[in-house]
Amino acid sequence: MVESVIERITRGRFWDFHGGIHPPEQKFLTKNKPIKQLALPKQLIIPLQQHIGREGDLLVSIGDHVLKGQALTLSTNPMVVPIHAPTSGVISAIKMSVIAHPSGLSQLCVFLDVDGEDTWRKREVCPDLAQLSNHEIIEKIADAGIAGMGGAGFPTHIKANSKADIKFLIINGAECEPYITSDDLLMMEQSNAIVDGIKILDRLLTPTVILIGIEDNKPKAIQALQQATKTIDKIKVCVVPTKYPTGGEKQLVQILTGQEVKSGRLPIHDGIVMQNIATCFAINEAVRHDTPLIRRVVTVTGQALKKPQNVWALLGTPVNFLLEQCDVENINNEKQPVIMGGPMMGFSVSSELVPIVKTSNCILVPSKTEMPSAFEKESKEVECIRCGQCSDVCPSQLLPQELQWSAKAKDYSQLEKLNLRDCIDCGACAYVCPSQIPLVHYYRIAKAEIRQQQQLDLKAEKAKIRFEARKLRLEKEKIARQEKHKKAAAARKAAMNKATPEAEGAKSAVAAALARVKAKKASKEQTSTADSPSNSSADNVDDQKSQVAAAIARAKAKKKLKEVSSDKPITNSETVNSVAEVEATSTQQTSPEDKKAKIAAAVARAKAKKLSKSTETTDKASANEEITEEISVQKTVNSDDKKAKIAAAIAKAKAKKLKNTASISDGEKQSDDAPIQNTVNADDKKAKVAAAIAKAKSKALSKANAKTAAEEKVEASENDNNGDVLPDGATDKKAKIAAAIAKAKAKKKLKETNAVEENNQDGV
Amino acid sequence: MAFWIASSPHNHNHTKTPNLMRLVIYATLPGVLAQWYFFGWGNLIHIGIAMTTAIISEFTVLSLRKKPISHELFDGSAFLTALLIGICLPALAPWWVTVIGTMFAIVIVKQLYGGLGHNPFNPAMAGYVMLLVSFPLQMTLWQPPLTLVAVDLNFTNTLTTILTGFTVEGYSVEQVRTSIDGITMATPLDTLKTNTGLGLTVLESIKNPVFGENLALGWEWVNAGFLLGGIFLIARKAIAWQTPVSFLISLFICSFIGYSISPDSSASTMFHWLSGATMLGAFFILTDPVTGATSNKGRIIVGLLAGLLVYLIRTAGGYPDGVAFAVLLCNMSAPLIDQYTRPRTYGHIKGDK
Repeated sequence: MVESVIERITRGRFWDFHGGIHPPEQKFLTKNKPIKQLALPKQLIIPLQQHIGREGDLLVSIGDHVLKGQALTLSTNPMVVPIHAPTSGVISAIKMSVIAHPSGLSQLCVFLDVDGEDTWRKREVCPDLAQLSNHEIIEKIADAGIAGMGGAGFPTHIKANSKADIKFLIINGAECEPYITSDDLLMMEQSNAIVDGIKILDRLLTPTVILIGIEDNKPKAIQALQQATKTIDKIKVCVVPTKYPTGGEKQLVQILTGQEVKSGRLPIHDGIVMQNIATCFAINEAVRHDTPLIRRVVTVTGQALKKPQNVWALLGTPVNFLLEQCDVENINNEKQPVIMGGPMMGFSVSSELVPIVKTSNCILVPSKTEMPSAFEKESKEVECIRCGQCSDVCPSQLLPQELQWSAKAKDYSQLEKLNLRDCIDCGACAYVCPSQIPLVHYYRIAKAEIRQQQQLDLKAEKAKIRFEARKLRLEKEKIARQEKHKKAAAARKAAMNKATPEAEGAKSAVAAALARVKAKKASKEQTSTADSPSNSSADNVDDQKSQVAAAIARAKAKKKLKEVSSDKPITNSETVNSVAEVEATSTQQTSPEDKKAKIAAAVARAKAKKLSKSTETTDKASANEEITEEISVQKTVNSDDKKAKIAAAIAKAKAKKLKNTASISDGEKQSDDAPIQNTVNADDKKAKVAAAIAKAKSKALSKANAKTAAEEKVEASENDNNGDVLPDGATDKKAKIAAAIAKAKAKKKLKETNAVEENNQDGV
Repeated sequence: MAFWIASSPHNHNHTKTPNLMRLVIYATLPGVLAQWYFFGWGNLIHIGIAMTTAIISEFTVLSLRKKPISHELFDGSAFLTALLIGICLPALAPWWVTVIGTMFAIVIVKQLYGGLGHNPFNPAMAGYVMLLVSFPLQMTLWQPPLTLVAVDLNFTNTLTTILTGFTVEGYSVEQVRTSIDGITMATPLDTLKTNTGLGLTVLESIKNPVFGENLALGWEWVNAGFLLGGIFLIARKAIAWQTPVSFLISLFICSFIGYSISPDSSASTMFHWLSGATMLGAFFILTDPVTGATSNKGRIIVGLLAGLLVYLIRTAGGYPDGVAFAVLLCNMSAPLIDQYTRPRTYGHIKGDK
């Protein structure tokens, strides 16, 4: 790739960038005059920061006498570039002063009263560069305070110290601003020193090829450089067509290499380093002659000056001194702009005391006929007519007209979409705009506002992160607290377990207690749902009903508990089987013996059913009947010892079964369960009987609508029970089916008895 | 001492919107002169009426909107709109048609949308279409070339016809428009459309005197005049070349296809180029920057679309010429076209925008 670029360049063919303009050339004002050495000014104002980065630590204080070239600040950080005394003198003040900034910003400056001696500090000239290591050279560059002199002011030692694989080193001598000739003159006069500087960079960066880009309007400079580089194959002097803004870093990269610098990236990422001509000269001065960056070539030009020319200006020279030296004409005009930089990208300085800094390449004082728009107080802006000339000239291929609308509307997200950040402020769009819209001005405002917004967003983001972290911390603390409590509870439990010989028994007691609580809760729901058809009766027989309901709930809770505790599936199924067997035998045994009792119980149930059936038609009356009937059933149960016992047995069997299934989790438990069962259920024998009744009743209620169908089902389920229950291992089903057995049997019997004892029932 | 502060860039190429407008107005001269030569004073009178109306309307609205009047009144855009309306109208249309059309264009289409730079539609064409839709009869009062008119249409006669509907001698508009052999004459495009509708072939149609010896008597020279003016504008970089070139190419291709398929019922490519408002539309109306696309690609698309639409309306539509409608349809689609033809910004991958 590099080879094809070199081949193309040697053939004198270059790429082109989009857009660009040809503002009238005014270089003739200064290009034919040699660079003038000026007399020393009376006072120099040296800003501490003249580059991108941060200011260094002051090394001098007021009253100190400094020598020419003496460092005034110390670099403690790679982004800090030191400044030096441009001549000998006394520090008279260190205070805030207006600096070279578009906003007229003030910054800390060292005021140096020049003593006129111009005494140098001790310098160590280095005749042979081979003796120096790369590191030493870079140190020299850093100590000399060199920052990019083309305009941006990026610390040069950082750029020169890059480790990346550098393909192109591009020396920017394009100087596309239509007035500036400082680089032009420097190339003419100091071509050898510049080439020496380039050689130092070559040694540091070891690029594949070095390209010097110069616009074709500088024939003398081109000649001088071609002469100076004749013997060096690696350096190619590239004469590119004159077009503004060829000197833009991205544009020159595109012209010379055909590559585009990706948005948001630096050329170094693509193996390209660009240095300015003046920077190369300064590097040579610093490395070879131990001369720090204390002066630079400044083009002082414009038709308001009688003697426009290039001068060697010491850094810190106030603008008014330069203007005096060049015979300014009508500085009395109150609207006279003095522009630092070129007419396209320069900024008007606010005070005559603004000093020359490392990046100042031009002071432009135009006359009113020459640059009327610079004198206008009010913008002549009219509405945009979407002519699109701006987008035709935009070197970044943006859509300035759309950007302008979005900037005026403060639509920052749209500006982002339109890539405002890729705008290089070249001013080509505003130059051609027939509606004279100060486009760049709008973009600057928008950019500043976006930057501010981003900073605010960043702040908000930080605050958010802080808040989230706090929340997380509190949450963690809470969890830790809960953990602690849990541990304490476990300890308590362990203590309790120790107290009884059988740990599991205690545990199950706790579980039973828990179940009771649950049951109570459930009972509430149960009563409200199951008894809803016979609300009135429920009101009347609160006590019994609630008892009944509690029993049901308890049974249910136990079932649930069983489900919960069924964490050992293998033992589960085994025990279930055994339990089921026991259950089956017990029911088989009991059923023939207690036929009578069952019948009695069943009678009661059947009555209840029948009565509940009748509730469908006559609500209240039947409810009342039901109550009386229930009471009577209760009475019969109570009075008839045998019957009651039998009923209790049934209930017990049921309860046992439920209990068994509930405590299935541990096979060993079974033995312990019995006493517990007893303790838990002993008091509730009656309740259980009642439960059976209630169950039957509720079933009757629910099945009232489709009684026959339900009965058939029950019969079917009974059959199923006899056949399937034993082999079937599913615990839940079994429990349900087992429960159904009793009920179904009762029902069956009831059915039989229905026919026989019809009269009796009627009598009751 | 303090210096004057201004934002960069400090210099400017001294172009101004009014200058641009003036340049466009000058560029219409060849076409307008040809129109005057072949069709007499009618259009010049209409241009005069339109300009007067435009300046009064603009003044009124600007003062109501409290805008800097001197600044915007003479920016030339209102004059240009009026000029284009005057050129487009049938020469013998009554004066009030021009007044209504111009007022509509300036007040409603331009100023009510926010003035210069904010109007979504080309004011002249919107005004013209409004007239075409609202006053179909008056908008067909095309005047045949002077050579075919029996009545002597001097300035006074034309003026009185426009103002009163009758010449000084008392001829009505209809009589003026009737040829020596008693047939009312229309524009070549209109005639062709009517005749093809009647089942006549193109060859039979063009025997009608309005077609003249070449393509369309008078019209061909008017179009040539606008073409000349357009080339001048492109040379001065006042308008982008993409729109007219793509428009003409598109129209050429469409008419060529039509002509190749069925030469009997289709007019030739050159007839499409040099009759009606083709050249005026190509160089003076479609190139209106405010209502057109801004990107080069977008301009080409707009041109192609306009060419297709003009051809379709001329051949398949209800109106003899379709430039005005095509322009309005293109104006509508321009923002969308702009949206999809944004150029790739430097340093961005295509599609990444």
